[in-house]
Amino acid sequence: MNTAAVKQNIALAPPSKAGDAAFKLLAWGMAMMVFVMMALLGWELFQGSRLCLRQFGWRFLVQTDWNPVRGEFGALPFILGTLVSSILGLLIALPLSVAAAIYLTELAPRWMRSPAMALIEMLAAIPSVILGLWGMVVMVPWLKAGPYPLLQKAFGFLPVFGGHINGPCILSAAVILAIMIVPIITSISREVFRAVPDSQREAAFALGATRWEVTRLAVLKGSSRGIFGAAMLGLGRALGETMAVTMVIGKSTVIASSLFAPACTLASGLATEFGDATDDLYVSALFELGLVLLLVSIVTNVLAHLLVGAVGAPKHARPA
Amino acid sequence: MNPPLDKRRKAISAAASALCLLCALMVILPLALILFHLARLGAGAVDWNFLTRLPNDGGMANAIVGSFVLVALAVLLGVPVGVLGGIYLSEFGTPRLTWAVRFGADILNGTPSIVWGILVYALVVVPMKGASAYAGGLALGLIMIPLVLRTTEGMLAMVPDSYREAALALGIPKWKSVLHIVLKTAGKGVVTGILLACARVAGETAPLLFTASGNQYWSHSLSEPIASLPRQIYTYSNAPYNTLHRQAWAGALVLVLFVLAFSAGVRVLTRGSNSPLAK
Repeated sequence: MNTAAVKQNIALAPPSKAGDAAFKLLAWGMAMMVFVMMALLGWELFQGSRLCLRQFGWRFLVQTDWNPVRGEFGALPFILGTLVSSILGLLIALPLSVAAAIYLTELAPRWMRSPAMALIEMLAAIPSVILGLWGMVVMVPWLKAGPYPLLQKAFGFLPVFGGHINGPCILSAAVILAIMIVPIITSISREVFRAVPDSQREAAFALGATRWEVTRLAVLKGSSRGIFGAAMLGLGRALGETMAVTMVIGKSTVIASSLFAPACTLASGLATEFGDATDDLYVSALFELGLVLLLVSIVTNVLAHLLVGAVGAPKHARPA
Repeated sequence: MNPPLDKRRKAISAAASALCLLCALMVILPLALILFHLARLGAGAVDWNFLTRLPNDGGMANAIVGSFVLVALAVLLGVPVGVLGGIYLSEFGTPRLTWAVRFGADILNGTPSIVWGILVYALVVVPMKGASAYAGGLALGLIMIPLVLRTTEGMLAMVPDSYREAALALGIPKWKSVLHIVLKTAGKGVVTGILLACARVAGETAPLLFTASGNQYWSHSLSEPIASLPRQIYTYSNAPYNTLHRQAWAGALVLVLFVLAFSAGVRVLTRGSNSPLAK
């Protein structure tokens, strides 16, 4: 064979299948890491909490006493603290975020919309520990001096606003959580509103509706599902927030009726107690707190993603 | 037409608009306050000493370097796995599998970061009998994987199919066309996604608490505990001394500048393109 023929042979050789197969397998393996990571999370947390599961069973979830010294472990203070602080935080954040999103998609002058959104996303980029530091040093003393006594004066007859006012308390945690989840709810609500076709707005304008009526009838009416999804995503974030909450919630494992009392959440309990845990049952109980936190956040996130669905979440995620 | 009713409707519209504006301002207010206090309390405490000395000399040099080391370790794990996984979804995956992986990655992105810390504690810290930079890097890397995977997939999906078809028509093997043509075309977007993921994990504290732990001195080996900025800020903020609080604010200012520089860099990188990251 002369060299010309060899060259031609090479030129005509079909692309190698082996390279493709190997590359595809490699990429497949990496994509499957997602499922491996999920399985690992579930398995390791379950393994770690076995001792506690055997000892307490389902009672762990409803028992109110958490006393590591006496070997009593009940998760209820943590579960309640997580739910109350997150839901309160959501209640504060949701109306603000939706209104801000309305302003940024429907009402604001055009030149202002994307810089304002950039600012809100900047808030999402601030690390949790820094929000916690700010909350602890600046926000909590201010809340304790001003708004909290006013709240107590107005609603003190309700047990939730009664009792001694602590700076670091479950309400402070709710406020810091609200600040942290505002960006994600605003940005998803904005996506939801932007997905509404302009023809709907134009139709409403043509009927003589005012700007607000257009927003209410043409935009808000069909967006409830998307907003609900955004709220669930925000809730998911709030449930797992660790550092900022740990720094302003005051750390107490006693269930109190007042929002001005210190409390704890699943995540903050893990952050403060994991390092101190020495005996096996204590460590195991903390693992089970982690397992509960994982399950709660998975359920919330699955619901949220099914609701938001086609609209799609923004790419930014907030640090915790 | 009914003039009084019209007037009322217009008034309601104006009031609602004003209320929405007020809410938008209230949403931005915390950011302004945080940046203000960071500048006021942090700027005075950041000096050459702070950036170059160890904690016992009033510095945070080891924590700054430690944060870079941890993020670098996280990149070593998170980038190859995330990018290749994203390539699989966009170039090879069947619709159903793609949906499942995407959904799984979204769920992992929503998993509280402290849970990752506990996983790595059980997987690495317990068998190695101690906290280490490896463990911290692994925890951050695991958080990075789903982030990078999702952005990579989104970026690759924007490369027009005609590029892939042109490559195939030239007889180029698919793996080469993916790496040299598709990935290269989407390169800027993919890098952007990686930078955002770095900015995100650089600020993480919770997953480092029991994995990288902390260190008041230089770490001489990756199997030793290592200091990190967020962790150091947390430790100092719990301390009862004003000098340490000042240091915490200084550390916070440095950390925020890093994180915002990353995000700002991303904005510059993606300006003018129609990338979904450049919103």
